[in-house]
Amino acid sequence: MTDLHSLETELLAQVAGAADEGTLEGVRVSALGKKGAVSDLLKTLGAMTPEARKEQGPLINGLRDRVQGAIQARRETLAEAALAARLAAERIDVTLPVREGPETRGRIHPITQVMDEITAIFGDMGFAVAEGPDVETDELNFTALNFPEGHPAREMHDTFFLQPDRDGRRKLLRTHTSPVQVRTMRSQEPPIRVICPGRTYRHDSDQTHTPMFHQVEGLVIDRTANIAHLKWILEEFCKAFFEVESVKMRFRPSYFPFTEPSAEVDIQCSRKGGEIRFGEGDDWLEILGCGMVHPNVLRNCGLDPDAVQGFAWGMGIDRIAMLKYGMPDLRPFFEADLRWLDHYGFRPLDMPSLVGGLTG
Amino acid sequence: MKFTLSWLKDHLDTDAGLAVIVETLTRIGLEVERVEDKAAALASYRIAAVLTAEQHPNADRLRVCTVDTGEGGPPVQVVCGAPNARAGMRSVFAPPGTYVPGKDITLAVGVIRGVESRGMLCSGAELGLSDDHDGILDLPADAPVGQPYAAYAGLDDPVIEINLTPNRPDCTGVLGIARDLAAAGIGTLRRGVLPPVRGEGPCPVAVTRALAPGDDALCPLFALRLVRGVRNGPSPEWLRRRLAAIGLRPINALVDITNYITFDRGRPLHVFDAAKVTGDLTVRRARDGEEVLALDGRTYRLDDGAVVIADEAGVESIAGIMGGEHSGCDEGTTDVLIESALWDPRTIARTGRRLGIVTDARYRFERGVDPAFAVPGLDLATRMVVDLCGGVPTEAAISGEAPDTDHLIDFPWTEVRRLSGLDVSRPEMKVTLEALGFHVAGSGDRVKVLPPSWRPDVEGKADLVEEIVRIAGLDRIEAKPLPRIDATVIRPVLTVIQRRTRLAKREFAARGLVEAVTWSFIARADALLFGGGAPELALANPIAADLSDLRPSLVPGLLRAGQRNADRGSGDVALFEVGQCFASDQPEGQTTKAAALRRGTARHGGAGRHWDGAARPVDAYEAKADALALLTALGVPTGGLQVVPGGPDWLHPGRSGTLQFGPRNPVGYFGEVHPRVLRALDARGPVVACEITLEALPLPKHRPTKMKPPASLPEFQPLTRDFAFVVGRDVAAGDILKAAQGAERALIAGVEVFDIYEGPGIGADQKSVAVAVRLQPTDRTLTDAEIEAVSRKIVAEVARRTGATLRG
Repeated sequence: MTDLHSLETELLAQVAGAADEGTLEGVRVSALGKKGAVSDLLKTLGAMTPEARKEQGPLINGLRDRVQGAIQARRETLAEAALAARLAAERIDVTLPVREGPETRGRIHPITQVMDEITAIFGDMGFAVAEGPDVETDELNFTALNFPEGHPAREMHDTFFLQPDRDGRRKLLRTHTSPVQVRTMRSQEPPIRVICPGRTYRHDSDQTHTPMFHQVEGLVIDRTANIAHLKWILEEFCKAFFEVESVKMRFRPSYFPFTEPSAEVDIQCSRKGGEIRFGEGDDWLEILGCGMVHPNVLRNCGLDPDAVQGFAWGMGIDRIAMLKYGMPDLRPFFEADLRWLDHYGFRPLDMPSLVGGLTG
Repeated sequence: MKFTLSWLKDHLDTDAGLAVIVETLTRIGLEVERVEDKAAALASYRIAAVLTAEQHPNADRLRVCTVDTGEGGPPVQVVCGAPNARAGMRSVFAPPGTYVPGKDITLAVGVIRGVESRGMLCSGAELGLSDDHDGILDLPADAPVGQPYAAYAGLDDPVIEINLTPNRPDCTGVLGIARDLAAAGIGTLRRGVLPPVRGEGPCPVAVTRALAPGDDALCPLFALRLVRGVRNGPSPEWLRRRLAAIGLRPINALVDITNYITFDRGRPLHVFDAAKVTGDLTVRRARDGEEVLALDGRTYRLDDGAVVIADEAGVESIAGIMGGEHSGCDEGTTDVLIESALWDPRTIARTGRRLGIVTDARYRFERGVDPAFAVPGLDLATRMVVDLCGGVPTEAAISGEAPDTDHLIDFPWTEVRRLSGLDVSRPEMKVTLEALGFHVAGSGDRVKVLPPSWRPDVEGKADLVEEIVRIAGLDRIEAKPLPRIDATVIRPVLTVIQRRTRLAKREFAARGLVEAVTWSFIARADALLFGGGAPELALANPIAADLSDLRPSLVPGLLRAGQRNADRGSGDVALFEVGQCFASDQPEGQTTKAAALRRGTARHGGAGRHWDGAARPVDAYEAKADALALLTALGVPTGGLQVVPGGPDWLHPGRSGTLQFGPRNPVGYFGEVHPRVLRALDARGPVVACEITLEALPLPKHRPTKMKPPASLPEFQPLTRDFAFVVGRDVAAGDILKAAQGAERALIAGVEVFDIYEGPGIGADQKSVAVAVRLQPTDRTLTDAEIEAVSRKIVAEVARRTGATLRG
């Protein structure tokens, strides 16, 4: 008995003294391995008398269980200590900068963003997006739109012309997206609801004009569309676009060859410290032109002005982008200066929608 | 168009104040651009008497004055630097708190060299009225002390400037503006009666309209009258003041009268000094090369597009635009010929534009003057000449006649509601039209309307609706929701190209590229380098030499933009653009391209140096990755896509590729930009680019269902086998991949190239291409023998197709 007891004391001391996994494994082998001290004792049980076995069995098995338990406990302690030591040695400098991902660096041009915003709003109102060529004929850009012969817009100082062809006819760069309206009316039966965004060109270059700019026009043709509807559409658009609860708009009678009656529309705003806010203040800012489609234009498109009617409007995309997002000048829109694009551009996943809000 | 409030009130009897008039003008379509109300701006400036003016104790050039401001209080002490300040004079005083426009300051009580000063005695320059800095205003001794100076000086007549739309020639005269305001309920139009002038004897100067048949419209009417024995000199004060208020320089009475009637009635006139006219007058086309010295002191060279008035000595006037210097009226004029004519608006516009002459006459004639007022206008001018300068008029010599512009419009009253949505009562509509000078005949639902002679813009029903609605006020129309065409959820409306354009932009931006919007026109030399420069795509009138030709490609614009950024210090540039390019002047010649350009080290993964590894310079594979990512984003089925070496001339011949669906269907290109192109554009590399034509991509297949095919999720482990093939250097890796893939289609799930090696250990003209083949068993685990068999097949197939051997 004394043997068992002293063996246990000795083994447990060895376990407790094992400083690493390797030493502990050595202790385990010496005790519980095939030729280990405890294993040897267990082997003796087979040769014992039943009485002796009944007495010695529990003692030897108890010894084995306690040694096994001690080794297990020691192993866990050593593993904990080893992990703690490893973690203590492993350190990174969390202040080191990481590379920005591509989606963080990329930018969407404000013109694209605003076009997407406009499309989201008018799309919801049931408008399709119509497009047409930038190179147009005089007929589609002017004549069909009721510009009189000799109108100043038809001159070289206002409009870009291409070289005349063999018959002396010269094409031009469209001065507005209205030819798309004509193309639409000539190819589609009413009811028509389209917006026509796109590039437009005028022979003009100074602080506030660029020879190329972007416009979006809208066209509604059916049997009842009138100025009351036009007002509603424009008011709803302005509220949605400028993301304000209410806007006050002023419709001023004006003149365009292709609409009758015609109006220019001002939007009420405040200007404080260079910041424009809509829905408040007492300044007026002109934002678009509109009117009922001129009967001559309808006729030129093969429509009977006594049977169908409708309205159209047009505004500068670059201009409303400037108004909404505060770019002070137009020219940098087309200069591709990375600093400007980085500042005024939008992130690729800033995708405007009505349900999610045009801007986040 | 400018006028003053008092001038307006000559024609309009109204109690309305300036603010109401201004607001109403804008509301009815005569947009007020500016109001200059000096009476309001100078309200604090009052006439004052200088009581004493003593030398300043501490400053040689200053005087200490006491001033009676007329308010009954004690005299006010003012320090004044003006040399003319003296006791007893009357001048203009501004108290502290007054804004001084000429100095852009607001006065405060000050202490000047130890002496308190409570206000300022002012010069004309300080009031912003003149350039006279020499001293304070020195008013006559009877100037009423305490009265506002502006009123005393006749500056209290506000000037209104309207931005006139080109359809309203009638409002180039104050009378027309008054008529509109009266129709809008702002007072009553004063209708003066103009009895015809009774002349004595015929006009001694005859007029011939020497116009070819068919040219009649150039001058339908020419009226002329001589007034003998006039005394020409300065106009009366009221006339000079009015002209000066609207920015016209008073010259002499005869000239001022023509200017006055131009603005009062929109009726331009011309006066000739009869003594300087030789013989009779002829209206004719100018002869090519004919010259005239005009009243602005410049000599103009004419062509036969212009119409002139000539006498026997030569051209005396450019018709409807500007008179000649030779026969102009001056103080010595005693006999004056007054001309009132009708000219063809288009001819006037064209001639004015060609000669670069902007005059008040041209402005009116090119918009279209009232044809019925040509002769009454001559009478009005005659009367004014006789009133102001004396003299005896002759009868008028009239050649031609005013064209008949009358046309009746059949007008159903319901048209107003149909087009505007506004209910206006019939009496109101009728009153409006009549107040504007329209005749309305008949009763009931449809009437006949005759527009007045001064409204050439009114053609038909819609124009009448505009007249009624603008006078009623567009603000009376209440917004009304536009119902949906179909009561359904909105269906997608974007076309394939519109969707591709949107996706392409977002994809490129998500790849770290920044969207540029560059000009649609580029320099001709640039266009030529990129396959453009067709004569039909060259602008006849470019705004600048480097914006002359419609672009065949987006890349030149991006290249130049990239270099501009590099020149500013940002060399690692990643730009893209999605936009129109032009192959011909036909609609189908315009396509939408998407291009990406990377410069320096602007790689997808990042640019520049970094502690975790610096970015390498961009290469053609970076551009290829952009191109392929775009195709994937657009959902283009890439099964049939081929990548073949080489591309257009603007790419490096050995470091570029073409993406195509068969040789006849190239969809885009990628690669390094050709060094020669870089040099020509003054750009430095490395620069890589890709460009895809969105219209060239195959259309998505229409599928009747949105269901995706079932996913294949085998339960057996895939395994990978590596092979290093030695092939000739010219063998394309793509061919090795294709051969390996095809060796056992059912089993091979993918092949990747994981290493390329050239150098010692293999032949000089050879390379080693190491590929990893992934095998995906679907029904059971493969045995070693089976794996061995597949490997042998792969080696054999690659060897057969490419001549490869396994690297030893």
